[in-house]
Amino acid sequence: MHIIDRRLNPGGKSLENRQRFLRRAKALVQGAVKKTSQDRDIKDVLEGGEVSIPLDGMDEPRFRREGGTRDMVLPGNKKFVEGDILPRSGDGSGRKSAPGQGDSEDAFRFVLSKEEFVNLFLDDLELPDLAKRKFAEAESEGLVRAGYSTSGSPANISISRTVTRALARRVALRRPRPEAIAELEAQLEQETDDDKRAALLAEIEALKAKAKRIPFIDPIDIRYRRFEAVPKPIAQAVMFCLMDVSGSMSEHMKDLAKRFYMLLYVFLTRRYRHVEIVFIRHTDRAEEVDEQTFFYGPASGGTLVSSALQCMHDIVRSRFRPSDWNIYAAQASDGDNATSDSENVARLLTDNILPVSQFFAYLEVGESGTYSFEMPDSALWSLYERLRANGEPLSMRKVRDRSEIFPVFHDLFQRRGTTQERAAS
Amino acid sequence: MSGLLFEGADWNFLTLQRIHDACEAVAEKELGLDTYPNQIEVITAEQMLDAYSSVGMPLFYKHWSFGKHFAYHEASYRKGLMGLAYEIVINSSPCISYLMEENTATMQTLVIAHAAFGHNHFFKNNYLFKQWTDADGILDYLDFARGYIAQCEERYGRLAVEHTLDAAHALMSHGVDRYPGKKKLDFREEEKRAGKRRLYEEGQFNDLWRTVPTGPVKTNAMLNVERRRALLGLPQENLLYFLEKTAPRLAPWQRELLRIVRHIAQYFYPQGQTKVMNEGTATYVHYRIMNRLHQDGRLTDGNFLEFLQSHTNVVFQPEFDDPRFSGFNPYALGFAIMQDIERIVKDPTDEDREWFPDIAGTGDEMAVLRDVWANYRDESFISQFLSPNLIRRFKLFHLHDDPAERAGILVDAIHDERGYRRIRRELSKQYDVGYIDPNIEVVDVDLAGDRRLMLRHTVVKGAQLNETDTKRVLQHLADLWSYDVSLVEVDAATDKVLKEYVLNPRIQPAAA
Repeated sequence: MHIIDRRLNPGGKSLENRQRFLRRAKALVQGAVKKTSQDRDIKDVLEGGEVSIPLDGMDEPRFRREGGTRDMVLPGNKKFVEGDILPRSGDGSGRKSAPGQGDSEDAFRFVLSKEEFVNLFLDDLELPDLAKRKFAEAESEGLVRAGYSTSGSPANISISRTVTRALARRVALRRPRPEAIAELEAQLEQETDDDKRAALLAEIEALKAKAKRIPFIDPIDIRYRRFEAVPKPIAQAVMFCLMDVSGSMSEHMKDLAKRFYMLLYVFLTRRYRHVEIVFIRHTDRAEEVDEQTFFYGPASGGTLVSSALQCMHDIVRSRFRPSDWNIYAAQASDGDNATSDSENVARLLTDNILPVSQFFAYLEVGESGTYSFEMPDSALWSLYERLRANGEPLSMRKVRDRSEIFPVFHDLFQRRGTTQERAAS
Repeated sequence: MSGLLFEGADWNFLTLQRIHDACEAVAEKELGLDTYPNQIEVITAEQMLDAYSSVGMPLFYKHWSFGKHFAYHEASYRKGLMGLAYEIVINSSPCISYLMEENTATMQTLVIAHAAFGHNHFFKNNYLFKQWTDADGILDYLDFARGYIAQCEERYGRLAVEHTLDAAHALMSHGVDRYPGKKKLDFREEEKRAGKRRLYEEGQFNDLWRTVPTGPVKTNAMLNVERRRALLGLPQENLLYFLEKTAPRLAPWQRELLRIVRHIAQYFYPQGQTKVMNEGTATYVHYRIMNRLHQDGRLTDGNFLEFLQSHTNVVFQPEFDDPRFSGFNPYALGFAIMQDIERIVKDPTDEDREWFPDIAGTGDEMAVLRDVWANYRDESFISQFLSPNLIRRFKLFHLHDDPAERAGILVDAIHDERGYRRIRRELSKQYDVGYIDPNIEVVDVDLAGDRRLMLRHTVVKGAQLNETDTKRVLQHLADLWSYDVSLVEVDAATDKVLKEYVLNPRIQPAAA
């Protein structure tokens, strides 16, 4: 008999098969991923995890028979006698007529890794080719000191650390000090007695031999300075979520906005190591809030869009230097704005915000069931449209229904972004 | 020969060796088993999952459906819906048994007794396995198959290979020869022949042939129907074989893929027919071995109790009204019948003498069992050895469900004098492959006309094919055949046509 230990064999033999399966089930899994992500918080979207897909999209057909007369033998008869008639579906037999028959696998759940999840979620998307392209992909690395190591290049030898260790070793091993030997040699010079001379000589020899055995600096003492590569802070982004929370914004509209922000967040996290989110809500004045308040806090009042833009501008100036941060902003609103505010909005956007932003999206949310063509363009929409016509890098879309969020997002970020030319919905 | 094999739950390789030797001694001397040499491999839970998803084989070609199974098993394993099997054993020589590292020493003993001796003996001696499988060659053949398929993917593209394999898998259950024909499989020969075929094709390749016009097909109108059918080997129930040999437009490599899938289907064919016996044998063997080890003082009482608990779980048969019921547990049924045989041989009642005159009271239960293991399959095993005693113990009853009968389902027989034989016959039918698989054959090809391939499903007891699945399978079939395919469902009793399917191929491959 042989016993073989296979535990050290690489596991994951199924990895390739699993990838093939995912590739094949991509459309299905993608749908499932999107559905799963609808019920999560912005940051939780990235967690990956379980999705379930319908099996019938992925089943392997075989010739199967069904129906007809059936005979079956079952265990556990307690009360039936020959000739009894059991009702087909009822409590008579306690079960359906054909226990153990028929397939019950209508959907199955499986776990996607974080990476797989996000890849499928964002497949096909790319950062829009807008303003400051120079930052978009760049991710430079810097070096920082990170302790010492036992190997490295000679240029990095840390002398002080090496000498300290050598000293400790010499003390521990009792290496004779040169002064001690010199002193004995001086005594030898003056000594005349032969016996004593011989003893001194022997002692000196012994000390010298010991000093030879224990080197002053041993290779094991040597330490090198170690460096570690860390990403430089340039690979970071900030995402501004601007939302109108005045009375006219319904829960439904906020939900639409949330989904859009969620997508944007996931998208940015894939691109940058570090993404900050700033939530700004506004009525006729704006304030920075946390996520909970942003989406669920009650607030009401008039509408002054410029307040939010001003707030964003202030925050950028104080905390996010445009040279270090990639700035993204998405604004969600139902489009209402005070007429007198238009000029302010236009000025803030053109002078302050758009020049420093990588991407600015305006999402006009509506009640579900309404159609945009039934309504005249809102004040804000017309204003932005005008700015866009002047060549400002604005992206704008109208959304009324949950199901449209992803397509709209997809549209905005599609590869080979010609979206700018296409008319908004 | 004596002394404890181990203490507590820990084990190491020396322990495994000791366990194996102890089991071997019992298996050979007391039970008279005859086994392939054993190879025991220790693996992790993850590797066990891997092995699961490629039908338990250590090396297998790549295909998405195995990934699907992996995802499925993994999800249910993680959720705790399913425990992993303690073992996987492969019908090969040497016989490979996988042990999971998480098992306790007692479990390892159980698994070695179960797989390395029980299953191993069954594989080596059962007539179906002898007839249909080549234990020496299977691993090499699988290795060849994997390499060949990978090569095809490189040459002809992953998608093309996938299409062909998908189609072959859909027809897999109709890719076996049900009756022993000319010869048993020899995988090594098979592999050599495939190599030669490839060399020949390469040697014969001449690009000029590509330019020869294919022209209209030589008319076969002259051939009379009988002769044509004989030439094509019709009727043919091995659909994969038929396609491999006669599908007009398949590339040589596609034929080879069909061949591989067909061989693998054939290799697994006996396992499907002997589930109850195979598991029953292994369970019976481990039960005997573990008891002997305990009696000889080689297992502590504690370890033996641990064994009994797993054993009881394995042979548990829920009753039909139990929510856990999902058909017969092959371990329970097989083990019960084998224990019953032991009882009949050693200590028969009058009833047993009447029912089993040949074996009742003969005294040597192992001789009887070894003979049973060698010469039966599930269907014949149950129809010969399910005793009234066992029918009573399991409280078996027979239901007859006729959809035309409005009133409901008829209880046709129960565990009484009048019912024994009927129950035994019906239960054995449930394990008869002739009944389980739909009877589908190729009946004709319209060679003179549009080359339509004609199939026939003989409908027994009104059970027709599931429509959606059938259409999908036929689509695959049509793609391989490259011309229309039709399937008629004909009632066996009345010869009435119940339904007809016609499908056209999706892809027209370039002329070969």
